[in-house]
Formats: sequence, structure tokens, C-alpha cells
Amino acid sequence: MSQDQVDTSKRRFLLAATGAVGGVAAAGVAIPFVGSMLPSAKAKAAGAPIEVDVSKLEPGAQLTVEWRGKPVWIVRRTPEMIAQLDQNADKLSDPGSEAQQQPEYCKNKTRSLKPEYLVVVGVCTHLGCSPTFRADKGAADLGGDWPGGYYCPCHGSRFDLAGRVFKNVPAPVNLVVPPHRYVSDAVLLVGADSKES
Amino acid sequence: MSQVEAVRGWIDQRFPLTAMWKEHISEYYAPKNFNFWYYFGSLALLVLVLQILTGIFLTMNYKPDAANAFASVEYIMRDVSFGWLIRYMHSTGASMFFVVVYLHMFRALLYGSFRAPRELVWLVGLGIYLGLMAEAFMGYLLPWGQMSYWGAQVIVNLFSAVPFVGPDLSLWIRGDYVVSDATLNRFFAFHVIALPIVLLGLVVVHIIALHEVGSNNPDGVDIKKIKDPATGIPKDGIPFHPYYTVKDLVGVSVFLILFSAIIFFAPEMGGYFLEANNFIPADPLKTPEHIAPVWYFTPYYSILRAVPPLFGSQFPGVAAMGAAVVIFAALPWLDRSPVRSIRYKGPVFKRWLAAFVVVFVILGYLGIKPTGVWGTFPAGLPLLGGAPVATLVAQVCTLVYFAFFLLMPWYTARDTFKPVPERVTA
Amino acid sequence: MKSFVLILAALLAGPAIASSGHYPLEKAPVDLANTVSLQRGAATFGSYCSGCHSLGYMRYSRLTDIGLTEAQIKQTLLPAGAKLGDTMGIPMRPEDSKAWFGVRPPDLSVEARSRGADWIYTYLRTFYRDDTRPTGWNNLVYEKVGMPHVLFTLQGEYALNHESAEGHGAGALIKVKDGQLSPAEYDALIGDLTNYLAWVSEPAQASRVRMGFFVIGFLLIMLVVAYALKKEYWRDIH
Repeated sequence: MSQDQVDTSKRRFLLAATGAVGGVAAAGVAIPFVGSMLPSAKAKAAGAPIEVDVSKLEPGAQLTVEWRGKPVWIVRRTPEMIAQLDQNADKLSDPGSEAQQQPEYCKNKTRSLKPEYLVVVGVCTHLGCSPTFRADKGAADLGGDWPGGYYCPCHGSRFDLAGRVFKNVPAPVNLVVPPHRYVSDAVLLVGADSKES
Repeated sequence: MSQVEAVRGWIDQRFPLTAMWKEHISEYYAPKNFNFWYYFGSLALLVLVLQILTGIFLTMNYKPDAANAFASVEYIMRDVSFGWLIRYMHSTGASMFFVVVYLHMFRALLYGSFRAPRELVWLVGLGIYLGLMAEAFMGYLLPWGQMSYWGAQVIVNLFSAVPFVGPDLSLWIRGDYVVSDATLNRFFAFHVIALPIVLLGLVVVHIIALHEVGSNNPDGVDIKKIKDPATGIPKDGIPFHPYYTVKDLVGVSVFLILFSAIIFFAPEMGGYFLEANNFIPADPLKTPEHIAPVWYFTPYYSILRAVPPLFGSQFPGVAAMGAAVVIFAALPWLDRSPVRSIRYKGPVFKRWLAAFVVVFVILGYLGIKPTGVWGTFPAGLPLLGGAPVATLVAQVCTLVYFAFFLLMPWYTARDTFKPVPERVTA
Repeated sequence: MKSFVLILAALLAGPAIASSGHYPLEKAPVDLANTVSLQRGAATFGSYCSGCHSLGYMRYSRLTDIGLTEAQIKQTLLPAGAKLGDTMGIPMRPEDSKAWFGVRPPDLSVEARSRGADWIYTYLRTFYRDDTRPTGWNNLVYEKVGMPHVLFTLQGEYALNHESAEGHGAGALIKVKDGQLSPAEYDALIGDLTNYLAWVSEPAQASRVRMGFFVIGFLLIMLVVAYALKKEYWRDIH
């Protein structure tokens, strides 16, 4: 053994080089394994954007469609419903939709692309129940001054017809507006907003 | 650095981490003359880890259900990101496991690694080999292709050749009257959890037993006989780490290059690693034209076919096949040569070992071919007329196979040998 | 025990059946890099095959891999009512197809892996008229095939050449009626179709090979580094 002749700096360099190559190898091996746990083509296909014909929807009525396993509500609001939205402001906890619960293009008074149509994900922001559509303004069981909107049967959270949450209810934030766009006047695409997808 | 040492000290008071590291890695003294044949142990460990890793990720998308199994494999191949890569790693890994293990076992034959005091290392290793065969056989059913299905059907039916309990035994293994959903589901359970646990446990025992007695070497010299009086370290021993860790890293790199070449450029390996018939979903009503086991089982399959039935029973063939595997266990007591390594053994043993390798390869080749592969003897020939040539060859090979073991006490005792040096040669 | 003997008998008898139907296969012009050929093959499959044969493990959206845009897929290949992410099924119900053809037309997703591209290429070019068959068609590669010759208007009609002694090879069939395509055009059409089926059988193949070069290149670097490290350490050992 010629311990005194050992070139330590060369060894240290080679060890570092081996460590670096080994690190790259480990990362390279990790990529396919980690990647395989992302949604598969099947899951992506099932979660693909869906086209909805909204032209047949009656004013004041709600249509529920499924997108990525969740209910998405589309409501064709009447002029009265839209007018009511302005009057709700002081009862709401986030009337200006400051929380990022909607795409930038829906951060407006009606939380929608077109004032007439509301598109929201029908899952309560409290604990994930699906609230009930209660357009019946002034309903006695909801306190007489009910302006019309959504009522969650699980814990009593209330939302107006723009999906905005009222003050003093368990739900902390407004309902989520999913990405969407209009392919034509009649056809709404839920789940995608850019031209590409 | 002192913080690292403090943590290590904290652990060492509670768990013998440093002691284990020293005992098995940094102060495990291995002979310094390991050659090419000594790469395959660490490579087998690498493949085992790869198989477990890829297996876990395949299980995330595979469905052990006769109605969905085939489709779920194609789903992995197409819809799961990198699913094809993980699947090919697993299917190639299965074959490469046997390549590595066969070479590892052959190393033991060359250098007498199975002999005293390493009998338990050898026997545990044989247990790993048997476990691996069961693991491979059950795993092969899971893709639920025609080869999977009929391969399992034939092998499970072998058990029905066992006298008296046979038919009930194979019925019990299948859990149905044919290979079916029930069979698939239980094979899945064995393949993904039961056998891997057994294999991992046996591998640990294999390594502990090896480190207790110390590694053999190409000279078959006992390095523990000559120790440095000052340190008590064998003079021909070098610490496993760093010397063999860096050396094995070279072996691993070369192996991974070959492994990747198969995965990326020839995952079917000409039909030997993935068979064409296995891309047809299992059909219990239609046997494929030609079915054969995967290549690593074919020597034994040839032996099964070579042994003629007796009194209308297939049992002799089945028994011969089983014996061909189990007989390895007797090796430590069959070899009577005064020396371990082939380097110092005489010409007779060398010839027998060469003959054994040749018949093993021929049997393996014949096992993937139909018996008619080499035609038949002319009808006029006495005794042999009309019989397939390949069957006779397989029968002769089977005899040589068993003679290699059974005559070993006789020919090794008589064989000449060369004097073994005191120390290992460079 | 009996079933074991039966299976063993089947095993031993198997090769005899296999060898009787051996017709020499021609090499299929498979070139997965040729996206134009793959697209033509996809179009041919869509026009002539997809009515009966599914590619059940394949999604329409994957056709973007062979250079088609989503708009093109929607216009030319996507059936009405289907979505891009759907798998390529068939409109026929399995019960109906079984009643019409006697067997269910097989799914062809992995046909090029189970039978091989050469088989498909040869098979689709060796149909001949045979009045003894219920469909009126027979095939040199696949004797007593259940499928009629769907492409006969293109290929024309052939009959068995009884003067050909061997019964196979180039002279086995003689043309009895011209089709819309010349023999060379028909071969090219089937070549593209076979190429497409080869691609469908393993759509990851191109990326697999591409990735392989990177991985092996990297491993070669790793080998060099590991070897240098080993050499440096082993200078200690005498």
C-alpha cells in the first residue's frame, strides 16, 4: 500500500464527478416514475373541456353539466336577477371578487363573460357540498329578504346569483368560476379559455 | 462536520448504524482478485431493486381482473405517461434477472463457491432462485395474453401429474376448473406481495451468511488463513468500500448500457422477452399454434418433454423436471475434489462442466422449439424409426445433465489437481 | 391428468398445424418516420376498415403524433358524436357482428405486434376468389379466412393459379378482373395501411428510440467517469 502517493485532489475531483453523474442518473430515473403519476391520457380525455349549447336555456333557469367530475352550473339570468346583484353588495363578504376564485376575465360585477350567463363550479367553498339553486326571491324559509341565489344544505352557506358568498356564513370565499369561453353565440366551452385548447 | 458526527453518534447509541456499515461495507474484507464473474451478485441486487420499483408503479395502473387485465397493460403502454418505459423495464428486467442469476450461479460452479464453509450461502441462493422462478411464472400470467394463459394452464396442470392428490392440487392452485379470474387474482397477490417479501428476506440472509464466512475467489484460496498479525486483516483482503463499490459501479454502467439497449431498441428481444402471442388477449377456447415457456424455463421444459410417460402417467417427467432444479442443492456434498477452483481442478471436471454447459444450452434451445424441429428418424431405422430427432437429443442431454451431478463424487475424487497457492494470484 | 395429456398433445401436434399454412411473407415497407404514409394509412383505415375493426386502445387525439392537427382529425376521421379523447371503437355492436360474420372482427390495436407487419402486408394482398367459401373469398396467408376481401374494387379480383405447382410464391394467383388501382398503386396503399397499423401497435416507438440514444449516450459518460474513478482507487492495490 502506498498511501503517501495517493493523489487526493484527483480522487476528490473524480468522486465529485461520479456524484454529479449519479445525481443526474437518479433524477433521470425519477422523471418517468414521477411523471407516470400525473393524469393519464384517459384521465385527461375524461377531463377535457365540454361544449354546452346554452341557447335553449330558459331565462331564469339553471343547467347543470359535469366537468372533471364536478357539477358546473350555467344560469341564464333575467334582467331582474342582474339588477338584484348590485343591491347585494353590502351583504357580501367579497362583492368585488378580490379573491382569486375566477379567471381574470370574470372579475367584474356579474362574474361572467356575458352578463346574462353565470358559469360556476357547483361545489361549496366551505366543505365541498353542492349547494341548492334557490332563485325564488323572498323565500320564507330563507328569511324573507332572500335575494335569490344558492343555499348550501350542509352548513347553511349562502351565495348570490353571481356565486358570491354572503357575510356571516361558514363558506369563506366565493364560488369558483371555471375557465370557459364562447365558441359561438349559442355554444359555451367549459374547461378551456385560450384559443388553443 | 461535527454536527453530522453528533447525529451519527445519537443514532449509533440507539441503532448500530456505523457498526453495520463497517461490518458489511467499509470493513468487509473481500479477496482482492475478484474477476469478471464477480460482478453478477451486485447486478442481481440492482435488478431486484429495479423490479420492485417498476413493479410498484405498474401496480398503480394494472388491473388484476380477467376482463380488464389485458386492456390495462395496453393502457399502461399508451395512456400512462412513461408507462411504456416502466413496463419495458419490468419485462426486460425479468429476463435480465435470470441472465444475471444464471451467470452468478455459473461463477459458483467455476470456483467452487458452494463448498464448505459456504453451503448455506449456496442453499439460500438456491432458495432465491426457486422463489424467482415462482415470481417469474406468476408474473407472466398477469398480462393475460395467450402465452400467459396457456403457459399457466400447462404449468399448473403439471401438478395434476402428482400421484393421488394431483388433480385436486391443481384445482386448488387455480381456484377454478380452468385458469381464470380467480387464478389471475391470486397469482397477482403472490407476485406483488408474498414472493417479493420472501425474496427480499432470502437476499438479506444470503448476504449475512456470505459475510459471516467471507467471499470465495477465483483461486478458491481461503484468505482468512493468512492475516496481518498487527491488524488481523487478511493480507489478500481489501475493504469492500471503496474498492469494490467503485469497481461494481463500472459493472453497473456496462450492464445498464446493455439493459437500456434492449429496453429502447429491442424490448421484444426478437420474441424471447415479449412473445408475439402475448399480444393476443387470453382465450380459454383457443390454444395458440405453438406455445413454449419463456426462455429461462426452457431447459427444464425440455427435460419434462424428454422423459417418456410411465404407466400412462406424466409424473416421471414432472419429477425429473423438479429434480433438475433441486439437485443443485446437493452440490456442496457431491464435489469431492480437494480443491475448490477450476483453476486447480483436473481435466475431467473441466470436461464435465463444459458438457453440462453445452447440454444446458441445447436443452434451453430445444425447449423453445417444437419437438419436430430437427425432423424425424427414417421409418426403417430399428427402435428409433419415426421418432423426432430432437426428442432423442433432449433425452441424451437430460442424461448428461443428471450424470454431471450424480457422477460427481466419483469423477471429482479420481480427477487430478494442481497444487493450490498459499495466497491469491494477481 | 387427462387435461394435461390433452394439452401436451396439443403442444406436440401444434407445429404440424403451423407448418401447413406457411406462406412466405413479404417484407412490409414500415417507416414510422414517414408521417405522410402514416396519414394516408390512417385515412385508408378510416374509409375501409374502421366500420368493423376497432383500435380500442388508441385515442383519436394521439393522431397528432403523426402530424395531423386536431381540426384535421375532427374533419376527416372523427365519427359524429365522438370526442377527440375517445378511443377508436366501432359503431357495430359485438352481438351483431358475430351474427353477420360468425366471429367478431378482432380489435387491431396490437395486430402488428401479434401477427407482425409482414403478415398484414402479405395477407391484404393475397385474397382470391373461392366459391366454396361463404364469403366467396379465400386467402393464401390465412386459409379459410372469415373476412371478405373488402378492397377488391381497388385491387381487382384474383383466382388461384392451378398450374402453379407450389401453390405459393409469385405465381400462385392470376388476375381475373381489373380493379381501380394498378398493382403498384394497390401495394403502396396496403404499405401505408400496414405502416399505420405498425404505428398504432406501439405509438410510443418513435419516442422510445429517440430517448434510447440520449440514455445510452449518458450511460457511456457515466462509464467513463466510473472507470476513471475505479482506476484511481485501484492504484492502491498491488
